[in-house]
Amino acid sequence: MTSETTTPMIGRAIKRREDPKLITGQGNFLDDVKLNGMTHAAVLRSPYAHARILSIDTQKAAALPGVVAVFVGKDLLDVNPLPCAWPAGGFKNNMNTPRAMAVDVVRFVGEAVAVVIAEDRFIARDALDLIDVDYEPLAVVVDPEKATQPGAPQLHENAPNNVVVEWSAGNREGTNRAVASAEVVVKERIVNQRLMATPMETRGSIARYESSTNEFTLWTSSQAPHVMRLLLTAFVFGIPETKLRVIAPNVGGGFGQKIFVYPDMVFCMWISRKIGRPVKFVEDRSENFKSSTHGRDHVTDVELSGTRDGQITGLRVKTYAGLGAYLSTIAPGVATTLYGRIVTGVYKIPNVSIDVIATYTNTAMVDAYRGAGRPEASYLIERIVDRFAAELGMDPAEVRRRNFIPPTEFPYDNGLGLLPYDSGNYAPALDKALANVGYADLRKEQATLRAQGRYLGIGISSYVEICGVAPTAWANGQGWGAGLWESANVRIHLTGQVVVTTGSLPHGQGVETTFAQIVADELGVPYDSVLIEHSDTAGTPFGYGTYGSRSLAVGGTAMVKSARKIKEKAKRLAAHLLEANPEDMIFADGKISVKGSPDKSKTFGEIALYASVGASMPEGEEPFLDETTYYDPPNCTFPFGTHISVVEVFPDTGAVEVKRYVAVDDVGNIINPRIVHGQLHGGIAQGMAQALYENAVYDDNGQLLAGTLMDYAIPNASMLPDFEISHTVTPSPVNPLGVKGAGEAGTIGSAQCIMNAVIDALSPFGVRHMQMPATPEKIWHATRG
Amino acid sequence: MARITVTVNGKSHTSDVEDRTLLVHYLREQLNLTGTHIGCDTSQCGACVVVVDGNSVKSCTTLAARCDHASVTTIEGLAQDGNLHPLQEGFWECHGLQCGFCTPGMIMSAYDMLQQNPNPTDDEVRHGLEGNLCRCTGYHNIVRAVQYAAAKMRGEEVSAPNV
Repeated sequence: MTSETTTPMIGRAIKRREDPKLITGQGNFLDDVKLNGMTHAAVLRSPYAHARILSIDTQKAAALPGVVAVFVGKDLLDVNPLPCAWPAGGFKNNMNTPRAMAVDVVRFVGEAVAVVIAEDRFIARDALDLIDVDYEPLAVVVDPEKATQPGAPQLHENAPNNVVVEWSAGNREGTNRAVASAEVVVKERIVNQRLMATPMETRGSIARYESSTNEFTLWTSSQAPHVMRLLLTAFVFGIPETKLRVIAPNVGGGFGQKIFVYPDMVFCMWISRKIGRPVKFVEDRSENFKSSTHGRDHVTDVELSGTRDGQITGLRVKTYAGLGAYLSTIAPGVATTLYGRIVTGVYKIPNVSIDVIATYTNTAMVDAYRGAGRPEASYLIERIVDRFAAELGMDPAEVRRRNFIPPTEFPYDNGLGLLPYDSGNYAPALDKALANVGYADLRKEQATLRAQGRYLGIGISSYVEICGVAPTAWANGQGWGAGLWESANVRIHLTGQVVVTTGSLPHGQGVETTFAQIVADELGVPYDSVLIEHSDTAGTPFGYGTYGSRSLAVGGTAMVKSARKIKEKAKRLAAHLLEANPEDMIFADGKISVKGSPDKSKTFGEIALYASVGASMPEGEEPFLDETTYYDPPNCTFPFGTHISVVEVFPDTGAVEVKRYVAVDDVGNIINPRIVHGQLHGGIAQGMAQALYENAVYDDNGQLLAGTLMDYAIPNASMLPDFEISHTVTPSPVNPLGVKGAGEAGTIGSAQCIMNAVIDALSPFGVRHMQMPATPEKIWHATRG
Repeated sequence: MARITVTVNGKSHTSDVEDRTLLVHYLREQLNLTGTHIGCDTSQCGACVVVVDGNSVKSCTTLAARCDHASVTTIEGLAQDGNLHPLQEGFWECHGLQCGFCTPGMIMSAYDMLQQNPNPTDDEVRHGLEGNLCRCTGYHNIVRAVQYAAAKMRGEEVSAPNV
């Protein structure tokens, strides 16, 4: 332990401590884990979107040399279906969750029907071809709106018209009056197409069972190992929580898809217990696409009313949200609370009414995907506001500015059942983005080019989103079935080394680096002396995991609070040694000194050594510096910003070129700018990909047409531009770090930014709206009337 | 079954492989070189790229049996004597990776590209990496990382761009 003054780490763009292993091939991802005696699972999946299983013959598969066993859904009836932990609060939810494998009926293409266990993965795959399943096909519905119509095929007995929940918020009567009496009303049907998260590492599970202790260990590529442990033990298996240890190795991207509990976790555990050997299952890409969760899938009718001078007076929204064949872990909450309660975005809108009808369809389950509800909300409001501006012939920047929530009105209640927006100042972000892109000149250039028959488009998106969803009591009112606090333990070892354990965990966000920066500054110790441990339920305090851009705002704050408790104790111990009053002690620059007598001091290292040995503690003090915090924030945080894109559309080919992408994001205070920029780059790329490329299409028979990376167009490097990132900084008053969250902001700001630009470019052709993705084919047709 | 002798990262291995065994499975399962990853089943993602006899290949579409007498370099073989290769350094310095799953393939593709074109434009870097998918970075910093490495390999002074 050094007593030298350490350079502040917060705000520095240091490179990541996570990287050395990842750039040298020494990462340890799920498929890299090998255990003695390990067997390999392959899954037979339904080729039908809806069918009755009449019989399954596994005899030939079981007889193949190298096959250990074959299991079907009926074998696993002694464990419960997977739980759904977030029904929509305050409404009737018709809940149906999947089993580890289908028993009598399959309800989407890719649902597991049988599992082969073999000595290697290749034999297991070979054996799948030897299983005979007799199906009786049933009628199929894939569209979330058509699913509710009379005569639609019914997926579940307890869900008439395939409705999961009919949810609403806002002021219906006032909104109806506002729309009926408005000078101007624009309306549009807006589809937020189904997407696939596509982490480059697919998902999977490895389970090992120790018969001597009845204990399971599960390695799984998860964003929330403690929650997996809770759900799998208490809800699925009905065993003590202590009988399962969950480890998330290096996780190769998550984007929401790896938050949830999945069938493979269950069957790997169940089979490992049954056969007494470890079981490994890793999805291939087409399995990841077919059977892991998807995102979005909204069909919305929206009306926005206003005055001729650009004042918005009302917003009426009706959304059909497809949740797939069963409910994934938090699906209903995403489609309701995280979407409907923020649908007014950055605007002060006096009358709002929203209905969400969440439905079952014969498709893969839909759940949180990067942004989770907020991208759908910001896309909707930013598209219809642009539509309103076009209708009035007003500049879209001006319409936005005229309707922003004024900075004087924060904390701001949008009337939709959220806690108030914490802080915000929207006009400066818009102004900065307009200045950075050179907006006035661009509009002139656009006019000049149009005269030459070239089609430039400028798209603006001003967004606000919700991060670090909390407090728990509020979330419980929304139907959330557990907590939303986060944990951090900080302890100082005898050598002065700092060990931090947390329930948060990284899968690309660099939180080891960011957390160590925070703790180093808070304690005034060298950055390299701070170790961050995570991702293993053995050795970390219970925590809710990493999603919803919550790691820093919630997990990081827990760390700060633990470090502050450590400092308080260090002051008491120093006061004892220096025979001073604890209230007179100052903790600064790695030293604890007596106020007014800087020569009377102890270094933090000396106190750490003293406390760790613990030979002569003052009365009432325990040895060791070791403090834990379970931090439940008083509110969410609300990052915001304005993005502006410049595109050129080529009518001859229908191609779109993104020429500029300027983002001004206010994510509150920034701990590591390099990491934050990286999060924004990746987030923007995913929103841009939704606007231009990606579409998880099912045909009417429920076949996933975009079932491989040949068909599902996640962009490569030549399909994306450079990003021009800058910030305004409005610290969050919610937490002591003043941070808001940056993991999802880019995605939430970007899809409509590109679509507004594409539609602006196509406006000379009379185009007022186009559904995503804006493919060359759609554009080519649009330019030909 | 085929018996092959392959030099991997400078070390010779003689192994029996099934006729159908892919190079990526041979590297990962038989040689325990798990730095080479599998991200798809249609040869799109490039997480499995390694260098065989000087050329980058997707090891998920290369039969191990075809690599008899070949020399293979994987991500594990890139650093020399404990010194990171300029590409590895570039990816670290420029934040060219987040989750790190695509990174080995991305680096091996860039390695081949820079052999052929030591002074690429940003656009050439983007097109040169078309066979590799990254879901985290949006590629912005990957381009910077490759340019950092290219400059360093040309003997120029380099530093990571400011943010």
